[in-house]
Amino acid sequence: MPTAPPALAHTPRTPPFSPSRTLATTARVLRQLRHDPRTLALLLLVPCALLALLRYVFDAHPATFDSIGASLLGIFPMITMFLVTSIATLRERTSGTLERLLAMPLAKAELLTGYALAFGLLAILQSALATGLAVWALGLDVTGSPWLLLLVAVLDALLGTAMGLFVSAFAASEFQAVQFMPAVLMPQLLLCGLFAPRATMQPALEALSDALPMSYAVDAMTETLTHPHITAAFLRDTTVVTLCALLVLTLGAATLRRRTR
Amino acid sequence: MMNYSTDPPGPPDLPAPATPSAPSTPAVHAHDLTVVRGGRTVVDNLAFDLPRGRITGLLGPSGCGKTTLMRAIVGTQAKVSGTLDVLGHPAGHPRLRPRIGYVTQDPAVYDDLTVRQNLDYFAAVLHPGRTARARRRAAVTRVLEDVDLTDHATALAGNLSGGQRSRVSLAVALLGAPELLVLDEPTVGLDPVLRRDLWNLFHTFAADRGTTLLVSSHVMDEAERCHRLLLMREGRLLADGAPDTLRDRTGTPTVEAAFLHLVDEARAAPAS
Repeated sequence: MPTAPPALAHTPRTPPFSPSRTLATTARVLRQLRHDPRTLALLLLVPCALLALLRYVFDAHPATFDSIGASLLGIFPMITMFLVTSIATLRERTSGTLERLLAMPLAKAELLTGYALAFGLLAILQSALATGLAVWALGLDVTGSPWLLLLVAVLDALLGTAMGLFVSAFAASEFQAVQFMPAVLMPQLLLCGLFAPRATMQPALEALSDALPMSYAVDAMTETLTHPHITAAFLRDTTVVTLCALLVLTLGAATLRRRTR
Repeated sequence: MMNYSTDPPGPPDLPAPATPSAPSTPAVHAHDLTVVRGGRTVVDNLAFDLPRGRITGLLGPSGCGKTTLMRAIVGTQAKVSGTLDVLGHPAGHPRLRPRIGYVTQDPAVYDDLTVRQNLDYFAAVLHPGRTARARRRAAVTRVLEDVDLTDHATALAGNLSGGQRSRVSLAVALLGAPELLVLDEPTVGLDPVLRRDLWNLFHTFAADRGTTLLVSSHVMDEAERCHRLLLMREGRLLADGAPDTLRDRTGTPTVEAAFLHLVDEARAAPAS
């Protein structure tokens, strides 16, 4: 006759960070996406279609297509990953699975890294398709290496993932989550230098654009477009984007609470 | 507050637990337990013990604080004051996470994954790593059988009926063979056959595995299936004891009648 329940036989061990739990989370997120082929197709094909559209909008001005196209290669992944992450995390919060996971031996860092890896992989795929199409099929003329374009696109996607995760904490419904996209990303889009060079903006706006991460994402793309090698400005821009992503991810982690009111 | 005796053993007509006098301390010990939510006291100065290896029913009308109390025990509720010890640790202690199974009222599963994919993921969170693969597979097979969903393992959770989805949610909680199972209205929306099967399953856990169960319900006829009952109303404990004891004490034929009797009594003498 047992005097102790079987679960007592193994003592609970909770290592601070388990790569297995992280990868299990990544696999789970990707599996969820695989059950939703339409979202997946939209995610991968819409940026390509928009770039192709843009190419023929600027049919008579290939130089304009080069500069806007390169900027958009950085902006698309940020926007799509922002939307996908904010909705996915919101679902996790409202379906009760987040509460369940946090009541289990899962570290927040494992959950966040798992999500970031899954969406990062997706971002690589999306960016590779869009960059490949732009450079080889649409004749986007980059002076630097297309690999650097891809690198910046992936960093931008991670920044979008981090921001999406963060704002999902402030959205009570999917309606609100979608509305955060224009609220958070549109101002950055207007101020990032896509519509007018940042140096020509009203000084207060120029200063504001210096404080917004998307400006650095677009600057990094422009550096790659116009310089054959990695420049100091490129390094600074990519570092700013990476640090912003990590900062916002940390802020996002603070919004995942084990105990709720 | 009327706090009846805390000790009576389970009713004789129910299967006796395998460990009648098992580990001396109760599975859950609460004293002066108060929870405030949104400025309102939802759980008000409770004191009770949950004996190990028993099924305790948490009964009371909707909105009386059952879910909040359960969340406090599981450690997901903020603003808990007083004493609340769970399996020898303060509630919410990280070491408790693998030892407690919690099933929320709404099934907490991924609708866009199959039943097996859901279980595989939660099993990987509980037992991570390549070395635990065989163990995970065994656990998933076991819980699928426990909740009778083996035939639906490859179905998307979102395509299942409400009752089936709540059983997937229950299966997730069973993965770690927890010592304490906290179940929030697990039988809502289930047909009588499934309800009977689930209650038999709960009794098997208590009797064979020594699991402690706390099961909430607002259906009073389920009370008869518990070893012990906590009757709650408006955040307070109305009574605490075996179903027989409650019926005898109030001179009523059913737990429902006993509950109503106690509510009337509390209304008549609010000062006590």
